[in-house]
Amino acid sequence: MTTQLLKVTNLVKNFELRLNNGARRRKRIVQAVTNVSFAVEKGQTLGLVGESGSGKTTVGRCILRLIEPTSGTVEFEGEDLGSLKFEEMRALRRKMQIVFQDPFASLDPKMTVGASISEPLTVQNVPGDHTDKVIELLELVGLAADHAQRYPHEFSGGQRQRIGVARALALNPALIVLDEPVSALDVSIQAGVVNLFEDLQQRLGMSYIFIAHDLSVIRHIADRVAVMYLGKIVEIGDQQDVYEKPSHPYTKALLSAVPVPDPKSERARQRIMLEGDVPSPVNPPSGCRFRTRCWKAQDVCAQEEPVLLQRASGQFSACHFPET
Amino acid sequence: MAEKVLQIRDLHVTFDTPLGPLEAVRGVDIEVEAGELLGVVGESGSGKSVSFLATMGLLPTRARVTGSAILAGEELIGASPKKMRDVRGRLLSMIFQDPLSALNPVHRIGDQISEMLRSHQDLTHRESGKRAIELLDIVGIPQPADRARQYPHEFSGGMRQRVVIAIAIANNPKVLIADEPTTALDVTVQAQILEVIERVQARFGTAVVLITHDLGVIARVADRVNVMYAGRNVEQGPINSVFDHPSHPYTRGLLASLPRAGKQRLKPITGFPPNMLQPPRGCAFHPRCEFAAEICRGDLPELRQVDDLQSACVRAKELPRIGIFV
Ligand SMILES: Nc1ncnc2c1ncn2[C@@H]1O[C@H](COP(=O)(O)OP(=O)(O)OP(=O)(O)O)[C@@H](O)[C@H]1O
Ligand SMILES: Nc1ncnc2c1ncn2[C@@H]1O[C@H](COP(=O)(O)OP(=O)(O)OP(=O)(O)O)[C@@H](O)[C@H]1O
Ligand code: SF4
Ligand code: SF4
Ligand SMILES: [Mg+2]
Ligand SMILES: [Mg+2]
Repeated sequence: MTTQLLKVTNLVKNFELRLNNGARRRKRIVQAVTNVSFAVEKGQTLGLVGESGSGKTTVGRCILRLIEPTSGTVEFEGEDLGSLKFEEMRALRRKMQIVFQDPFASLDPKMTVGASISEPLTVQNVPGDHTDKVIELLELVGLAADHAQRYPHEFSGGQRQRIGVARALALNPALIVLDEPVSALDVSIQAGVVNLFEDLQQRLGMSYIFIAHDLSVIRHIADRVAVMYLGKIVEIGDQQDVYEKPSHPYTKALLSAVPVPDPKSERARQRIMLEGDVPSPVNPPSGCRFRTRCWKAQDVCAQEEPVLLQRASGQFSACHFPET
Repeated sequence: MAEKVLQIRDLHVTFDTPLGPLEAVRGVDIEVEAGELLGVVGESGSGKSVSFLATMGLLPTRARVTGSAILAGEELIGASPKKMRDVRGRLLSMIFQDPLSALNPVHRIGDQISEMLRSHQDLTHRESGKRAIELLDIVGIPQPADRARQYPHEFSGGMRQRVVIAIAIANNPKVLIADEPTTALDVTVQAQILEVIERVQARFGTAVVLITHDLGVIARVADRVNVMYAGRNVEQGPINSVFDHPSHPYTRGLLASLPRAGKQRLKPITGFPPNMLQPPRGCAFHPRCEFAAEICRGDLPELRQVDDLQSACVRAKELPRIGIFV
C-alpha cells in the first residue's frame, strides 16, 4: 500500500496587479490558481500539465511556501504547513526541493559546482565537511568527483541540469518539484535526464511533482496526471486512464493536438482543433472556464461550475458532459 | 524531378568570437523543391537558423559567408543589400519564434500588412488595405476588417503569429522559411498555426522550410526532412523513409530517444553536443556514435545516396538495417 506524502486542499492563489492608467489606479486580480486539490503518494510521480499560464508553477511555489497561498491548505507528512512557525517551516523545507527549467539561470556562475551543491547543507547548518557528500551526489547524478572544482559555464545544459538535481538531492528530500526540468535541453539529452529522475526515485524513494508542457514525457514518467486549465484542475487520475480514456473535453483536445513522431499515424489521425486562445485569468469565463473554446458547451456550462467527479473510467473530471 | 526553387550549395558561415573563429555552418547543401514542405531538424546550435539567415542576407556583417544560394535563378550569397531588400518579402520570407519582435508595436496590424504589399507591388492604399483584410482572413483571424485596425498588443501570441504569416505571404513568395514558428506557443495553438502554414502552402503553392526541434511536428507536416548536426547536413530524404529506416546514426539516436506510449526505459544519445569552436575531426558525431570506427575520424563525410536517402555517414551501407523501435 502506498501512503500519502502531500495533500493539497482547495488551494487558491490570487495575484494583485496594480495598473497605473494615468490618473486612474485600478486593481485587478489574477486568479492564478483556484480551488486546486490533489494528493501525492510516497515514491510516486504526479504529472502536472496544462497550457502556459494555467497555474502549474504557482501550484509548485505555493507547496514549497516560496509564495504564500491566498487560501487553502498544504499538508506534508500530515502537518499543515500553514500552521507552522518560521523555524519549523525551515526545518521542513529541507524535505521539499524544487528544480527549475533553466539550468543556466539556476546556478550561481561565481560559485564552484561543489559549493553550489553543498550550499543547502550549509544553509541548513548541517555540521561537518561536505566534500564526501558532494562527491557522492555528483556520482549519483552521473557526474565525476573532479567536476566539483569547476564552474557552471564549463558545463553543457544537460550537465548543468544534473548539477541542479544534485543540489536538490543534498538534503535527502522526500518531495521534489520538477518545474519543466527538461524543456530547455536538447532532445538528445532529455532522455538521459528523464532516466536519471527515474533511477533516483527507484533508489531513494522520493516523490515528484513533474511539471511539463511535453505530454509524452509526462506519459512516460507519471503515475498520476493532473490537467490544469486557467487555474483549475479539470481532470486528474491514473496516467493510463487519463491518456487512454480522457474524460474532459480539454484533455481530449490537448492529447489530440500533441504531434507524435510517426508520420503514418500523424497523418491518419483525427484531430480536434480548438478555436481561439486561452482567456485571461484576470477575467475568467463564468461556470466552466473552458466553455469559450469547448465544442460541447451548453447554457448550463456558463451558469454552473462543474465539479470534479469520479468517472466510470476511473479518473476525476470537471465537466457537465464528460467524454467518459 | 520536381523544380528546385532554392538551392543552397557548400554554404559556410564563420563568426569571429573572442575565443577564436567559430565555423557555425560547414558546407551545407539544401535543396527546396517547388511547393514542398521541407522540415529541418537538428541539435541546438547545429546551424539551422544561421544557414537560413545567411540565405536571407540577415546575418551581421561581421559573419563571413561563402558558398551559393540560388533562388529562382538569382544568386543570393554576396548580393547587394539593395537587392536583398528587394528579394526579401517578394521571393523569400522568414518568420521566427517570437512574433512580437517582428511586429511594430505602434502601427496598426492592417497598415503593417499594407506596407509590405506596397513595398513590392504597385498598389493604391485602398487596394492594399483591402488585400490586407483578405490576408488576415486567409490566416484565420475572425472579423478581419475590425482586427486590421488594432495594434499588436491587442492580439494573443497565436494571433500575432498568424499576422506575421500574413505579412510573410503578402507578396506570394516562392519560399517561406519558418524558424521554430510554434515553439513559444501552447500545443493547441501550435496545432492551429501548423494548419495555417499547411493551408498557405496548399493554396498558393509556396514552398515552406520548417525549422524545428520537434520531430512530432515534422512527422505531421513535412514532405521531406533535412537533419543537421554540427553545421553539416547529415541526412535527408522523404519523410516516411527517414522515420522508418534512418540512415544516419544521429537520426536513429534522436528517434530512439523519444518517449513513446509505454514505459520502456528511454535510450538517450550518450555524450554531449560538440563544441563548435573545436568540432571533432571527421564525422563530428563520432564521439557519441556507437558505430564509430577509425575511418570516421578522417575526412569530413559528404552526403551520399543510400537507397532512397542521402546520408553523411561513411558507414551507412554497413549499418544493420534494423527498425529503430525493435
Ligand atoms: N508574481 C506574479 N504576479 C502576477 N501574476 C502572476 C505572478 N506569477 C504568476 N502570475 C500569473 O499567474 C498565472 C499562472 O502562472 P504560472 O506561472 O503558474 O503558469 P504556468 O502554468 O506555470 O505557465 P508556464 O507553462 O508558462 O510556465 C499566469 O496568468 C501568470 O501571468
Ligand atoms: N551572431 C552570432 N555570433 C556568433 N556566433 C553565433 C551567432 N549566431 C549564431 N552563432 C553560433 O552559431 C552556431 C549555430 O547557431 P544556430 O542559431 O544556427 O543554431 P540552431 O541550429 O538554429 O540552434 P537552435 O535549435 O538552438 O535554434 C551556434 O554555435 C551559435 O552559438
Ligand atoms: S462543462 Fe461544458 S464547457 Fe466545460 S468542458 Fe464540459 S461541456 Fe465543455
Ligand atoms: S560516420 Fe562513423 S561516427 Fe559518423 S555517424 Fe557514421 S558510423 Fe558514426
Ligand atoms: Mg511555469
Ligand atoms: Mg535556431
